[in-house]
Amino acid sequence: MFRFIKELIFHLTRGSALYYVWIIALLAIIFNGVVAYTHQLEAGLIVTNMRDQVSWGAYIANFTFLVGVAAAAVLLVIPAYLYHFKPIKEIVLFGEMIAITALIMCLMFVIVDLGRPQFAWHMLITPNFPNSLLVWDVIALNGYLVINIAAVSYILYRKAHGLEYKMSIMWPIVMLSIPWAISIHTVTAFLYNGLSSRPFWNASIVAPRFIASALCSGPALMILIFQVARRLSDIDVTDTAIFKIAELIAYAMGLNLYLFGAEIFKEFYSDSIHLAPMKYLFFGLKGHDILVPFARTAIVCNVAAFFLFLNHKTRENFLTLNVACILVIIGVFIEKGVGLIIPGFVPDTLGEIYDYFPTATEGKICISIWATGALIYTFMIKTAIPIYKGELSLLSKGVSPAISKMRS
Amino acid sequence: MKRLVGCIVYALVVVTILLAAHRLRAEPGTPAPEQKQQTPQNTQQVPKTASEQADAEHHATIPKYFTTRPPFSEGIFPCTTCHAGLKPDKTRRELYFHTEISLKHAAKQRWCLDCHDSENRDRLRLANGDHVTFEESYMLCGQCHGNVFREWKKGIHGKRTGLWNSDKPGDKVYLLCVNCHNPHSPQFKPIKPLPLPVRPNEITNIKGTSTVEIEGHKLYIPVYGK
Amino acid sequence: MEGIYMKRRDFLKTASVAVALGLEGIALPDRDAGASIWETFFQKHFREMTQAEKEEVVKKLETDYKKRFGKDIKVKANGPLPNVLYGYGLDLTRCVGCRRCVYACVTENNLSRNPQIQYISVLRFKSGEKWVDDLEDADKYYNPDVVPEPGHFYMPVQCQQCEKPACTKVCPTQATWKEPDGIVVVDYNWCIGCRYCMAACPYGARKFNWAQPTIPVEQINPQTHYLGNRFKHRGCVEKCTFCIQRVRENPGRYPACVEICPVGARKFGNLLDEKSEIRLLIETKRVFRLKEHLNTNPKFYYFFSL
Repeated sequence: MFRFIKELIFHLTRGSALYYVWIIALLAIIFNGVVAYTHQLEAGLIVTNMRDQVSWGAYIANFTFLVGVAAAAVLLVIPAYLYHFKPIKEIVLFGEMIAITALIMCLMFVIVDLGRPQFAWHMLITPNFPNSLLVWDVIALNGYLVINIAAVSYILYRKAHGLEYKMSIMWPIVMLSIPWAISIHTVTAFLYNGLSSRPFWNASIVAPRFIASALCSGPALMILIFQVARRLSDIDVTDTAIFKIAELIAYAMGLNLYLFGAEIFKEFYSDSIHLAPMKYLFFGLKGHDILVPFARTAIVCNVAAFFLFLNHKTRENFLTLNVACILVIIGVFIEKGVGLIIPGFVPDTLGEIYDYFPTATEGKICISIWATGALIYTFMIKTAIPIYKGELSLLSKGVSPAISKMRS
Repeated sequence: MKRLVGCIVYALVVVTILLAAHRLRAEPGTPAPEQKQQTPQNTQQVPKTASEQADAEHHATIPKYFTTRPPFSEGIFPCTTCHAGLKPDKTRRELYFHTEISLKHAAKQRWCLDCHDSENRDRLRLANGDHVTFEESYMLCGQCHGNVFREWKKGIHGKRTGLWNSDKPGDKVYLLCVNCHNPHSPQFKPIKPLPLPVRPNEITNIKGTSTVEIEGHKLYIPVYGK
Repeated sequence: MEGIYMKRRDFLKTASVAVALGLEGIALPDRDAGASIWETFFQKHFREMTQAEKEEVVKKLETDYKKRFGKDIKVKANGPLPNVLYGYGLDLTRCVGCRRCVYACVTENNLSRNPQIQYISVLRFKSGEKWVDDLEDADKYYNPDVVPEPGHFYMPVQCQQCEKPACTKVCPTQATWKEPDGIVVVDYNWCIGCRYCMAACPYGARKFNWAQPTIPVEQINPQTHYLGNRFKHRGCVEKCTFCIQRVRENPGRYPACVEICPVGARKFGNLLDEKSEIRLLIETKRVFRLKEHLNTNPKFYYFFSL
């Protein structure tokens, strides 16, 4: 075991020049963010542009987007474990790692949003359960994190012993993880959805839209990451797997656009006073139109990506596929991020319009959390690939031939 | 003979008012009547006539709703200081004195002596000829503003300060009509508002504070930079 | 009726500002700071404290304040009065929009002067325009020479002390709750600053300490309550408590906003006392409550007297 850890650390410190540049760049970004966060801790959240009128901003927007990414792992889990679809089964582990990373980032985004993070443990002492959806969300996210860590560690543990996982053990984990994945995003949607004071969020379509958009952005991110990973390492991701995921994105995006259309119809046709946030988002309200370019970009991205994914020619051409993936990520990031959080607060409950836009400090902290996620994922994948390939083993040296035989 | 008829009519009026006052007292929601007679300051020095005695008696049955003093103008009250030696002139005319008073309270129908008693300027008179002190001026206002009077007694109209859960006289301060409304010009005068709040992006852009004193309360208001 | 203004300028000097390097301020207590800071750090939820523990916490706060401000500041932690449910009335016919209530409240409740925190927002509407549902045409920043302005009316909004508060329902740590006397309070030491309550409140009544609150020492109101106007620290949420430090006494004073209102538009009393002005008001006037469709059941009644 000790040797294993030593080898692991040794392995993590080894890599190409590109690997070092990447790690150093990430560490630099993280350091920058830590400095910014220290400043925020000392001065208070005044360093952000959040105010009483718009009391949640970039942090919670990123959080919401990332919950979707985490939930999207289910799109790989179902074909891999339930239908034993071989190409995806090969890569489901890396999908689950994306979920783990996304969840860690989610928790970080919530922590940096707290006014008094040093007292976050109060939630464990007097949790307002079952009334507060935030408690539900903390349970859901941490539970999903544990499930995914369990699944990944079990598979890697078996691999490190040169063995395949046993379905009898994986089955309950998988059966738990599928509904749980849906639930994390549903609960996150309910977090906003349940607030009757915010008409923009208080629509029953919010949770389904969350799921649909999550099943677009998460897999799109995975497609990009898998392509990078298979170029930089000897991990085996087949084109079939990637195209399959792309196909699933097409369906999810179709559903997402449909639900979006349904919401747009209801709001604009009924044209009640609750339309104000929607107007603010897409057209601007009383001359305030800071979000309009973003909101419109999101629509264009999502619609364009939908057609790129739908057509199997563009879907199976890596140039157009990657363009489509980037479009989806941008589209959903705006739609489920600023496009969801900010209009919930604008106009505020007393009719005031405050144009929120994150400060540089908020930007630095957000980017550094993304960098932390990238770093975590890099380390995870760098650890997992050799174990997966049998190069790093818990077995003593003498026993390894069995694996080499398996590999050849 | 004329005098006798007058006396009888007067007695009838007094009885009616007494009954009315009794009903008033029985109205729900009025605080427990304080039977203790307050010794009014600055009251009339003139000896009380028989009719005044009757008035005092019937007013005693009305709870002491208030503990505030009417806003007497400095050096003006008691009015009898000057008016005791003056012969009342009941004709409607431009005044040489009290020029600061411009009557904007149904001025066309009204004249000073409709409310101020011509015989004793230190008291007021009701429409029925009854007399009330300045401390009880709400009786006078209530003649026309019946709804407001009723709501004032319940605490819906007007201002109450002091202790919210004590009905002891002095603990809860009830303002008189005239404490807020100038009886000669009862409409509220526009006032200067206190500073607006800062916009959300400027909540720390505050230069300092300044103190204003409003009716004995010190308030701290912000000072903003240009 | 004009109030007499006596303006004296006492600008905030950095020296006079009580910059409270709060105990709860920095991420974690200093290692050298000794046991008392850890004690504060691990302080229990207010509702889980015994009477003795409450007294101890209050005493500790008073000593801390004495050290910080060089001033005797009383902190009470007394519970609700029996058979009392506070209710509030506001006469929209009378309100002239002078904002005296706003600053009476700031003064009474030791609200941060910089950054600015105000519990009461006075909204101005144009007569005849739509207003009441989402308050979408409200103007909080009106600034005329004199009020009331012709063609406008005013509506002050503060915590509505809901019977079914949306804010307490969502709080993940139970740091905010409704007291038996109907006042919604916050344990500032238990709040973690997630601001979920601010998203949930339909009345914009909850205010967040985006930075360390400051107040010139000489302006401090020394009569405070643990759940009310004691000093707050950065990163916690606070709100109107109907001046809990005043009203939760027998006899107790009217809230500061009631006391200052120059037109007597503000009414206050016990909803369980059928002779109280608030009950008589509800019974005789046509009252309405803000955003009634949300079913929060506020104990704050607006009415028109004419």
